[in-house]
Amino acid sequence: MTPWLQRQRHLIDFTVEALARRKGRNLALLVVYALMVFVLASVLLFSQALRREAALLLAQAPEITVQRLVAGRMDLVPAAHLERLAGLRGVASAQGRLWGYYYDPATQANYTLMVPLTDPPPPGTMQVGPTLARFWRLGVGDVLSLRTHDGRAFPLSVQGILPTDSALVAADLVLIAEADFRAFFGIPAGLYTDLVLKVRNPREVAKVAQKVQRDLPDTRPIIREEILRTYAALFDWREGMVMVLLSGAVLAFMILAWDKASGLSAEERREIGVLKAIGWETSDILAMKLWEGLLVSVFAFLLGYLAAYVHVAAFSASLFVPVLKGWSVLYPDFALTPQVDPFQVFTLFFLTVFPYALATLVPVWRSAVADPDAVMRQ
Amino acid sequence: MIELMDVRKAFNQGRHNELWAVRGVSLQVPAQQVTVLRGPSGSGKTTLLTLVGCLARPTSGRVRLHGRDVSGMTERFLTGLRRQTFGFVFQQFNLVRGLTVEQNVMLPAYPLGLTRRDLRRRAHGLLESLDLAEHAQARVEWLSGGQAQRAAIARALVNDPDVILADEPTANLDTELSRRFLDIVRDLKAQGKTLLMTSHDPLICQAPEVDLVVGLRDGQLD
Ligand SMILES: Nc1ncnc2c1ncn2[C@@H]1O[C@H](COP(=O)(O)OP(=O)(O)O)[C@@H](O)[C@H]1O
Ligand SMILES: [Mg+2]
Repeated sequence: MTPWLQRQRHLIDFTVEALARRKGRNLALLVVYALMVFVLASVLLFSQALRREAALLLAQAPEITVQRLVAGRMDLVPAAHLERLAGLRGVASAQGRLWGYYYDPATQANYTLMVPLTDPPPPGTMQVGPTLARFWRLGVGDVLSLRTHDGRAFPLSVQGILPTDSALVAADLVLIAEADFRAFFGIPAGLYTDLVLKVRNPREVAKVAQKVQRDLPDTRPIIREEILRTYAALFDWREGMVMVLLSGAVLAFMILAWDKASGLSAEERREIGVLKAIGWETSDILAMKLWEGLLVSVFAFLLGYLAAYVHVAAFSASLFVPVLKGWSVLYPDFALTPQVDPFQVFTLFFLTVFPYALATLVPVWRSAVADPDAVMRQ
Repeated sequence: MIELMDVRKAFNQGRHNELWAVRGVSLQVPAQQVTVLRGPSGSGKTTLLTLVGCLARPTSGRVRLHGRDVSGMTERFLTGLRRQTFGFVFQQFNLVRGLTVEQNVMLPAYPLGLTRRDLRRRAHGLLESLDLAEHAQARVEWLSGGQAQRAAIARALVNDPDVILADEPTANLDTELSRRFLDIVRDLKAQGKTLLMTSHDPLICQAPEVDLVVGLRDGQLD
């Protein structure tokens, strides 16, 4: 090992000793520090996870969705519309979708019943989302009875459980056959919930949407990119709101940390004097204190970030449910996969560790450049 | 080897509480001998010691070491001198609380970047010779006054300095321990160290080990 490295090793050893000697103070600081990182990281990880869910959701969404409006409200679309749009120039394919909500009093939640466009389950069976399966303890072959629009029991046997790759999408989903869907909701043949269009040239999406509107004035075309923007705005807004709420707490922490870090105790000042008197360079003392600040802040950062990850992954950020209530009502229990974004980690690290390390250095520097003769008078 | 030429030191210069603690002292501290600065409390002994040990700079006058003027040197240079040329035994010992005796002794050697093994070997040799080996792992706040002083002496010696500076070394010791201290002084002198102490303890000033006693009063030589 080079002398420089040896030197740093000794300084770190000394620092660890020093931290252990001021246990109470450093522990308190560590807890508050980690708590702040925890809260900030929770928000960031949570919104990141929601964004990912939304992106997954929308990746599967069609380029253009066409709804029909009657008296300003969404209504069923006749098959004639579908034929008309399929023949429109620029449209690669048009399909009619069947989906709807089913309120289940037992779980107090809305399920989304849907006929998949490809590979629908055979009549009398269904594929269910993981949340639903877990709630009813459903396995393949089990039978669940739902109530039809006119109050009859409608038994469906489980053909399969949907994968969990996007919890928000699949959590409350029930996929059934077209015939079952129509019987269940009482929707006659020739009517669809909405239509989805694939466009040949992605750059013509807006133009095709205009044509749809012109040819079928009672419809409303919805473009995927617009939904995407709306979602992004919604998440940014939520995140921003939480951040504003938190900024007060962060500020309070900064003041506390600054105060703790910048106020050298008489003991510490004395120690610095002694070290300087016996031949430690100012740079040694600064390096030693920098190590101290780094050890505390890096450890607190890791602790807080890890806790936030667990908070979001295992508890779905349950502490933030009040703020994000919209989601939790719609999706009673979904598991989020937190996304660790290196840039975000770095930003958070920089914003929390750097100011602290700096705050510890300033007073030390002031104390370390003073003449050490004061040690003679203690 | 150490030479003071018309050295003065003022505190709070230019303010209403300006105080001249040292007022024009010229003095030669002979190498490899034991010199004592004697004088009543407040006469400027400690201040003079800090000037010799490069803990502070004189307001005017020169401090020369091995014929070289050090009063105008950079802080970095002075730090190097404090680390390599001088060993300090402070009046209150100034051991770092919470650390063991061994860790305290090794402290001045940390900036040298030696391996931990070398550091410990050095420290143990010194603690052995000062009869403290069995307390090496004890925390310094558990030591008695005599033990604490010997720990402080071991710390002063760890970088093998030429000059040992001690401020009122027997102020906190009884007669028995003061004699013990003089034994250590004799050993150090025999090893060729230069010693400069402050004291108004007659036991020290009249000790046979002491070669030169310099009287000080009101910041000036008697
Ligand atoms: N840092 C300081 N600021 C102001 N006055 C000081 C300072 N240090 C020492 N003095 C004053 O200088 C004088 C000499 O002090 P000192 O050198 O400690 O004397 P001694 O060691 O002989 O008792 C005293 O009057 C003391 O009050
Ligand atoms: Mg004194």
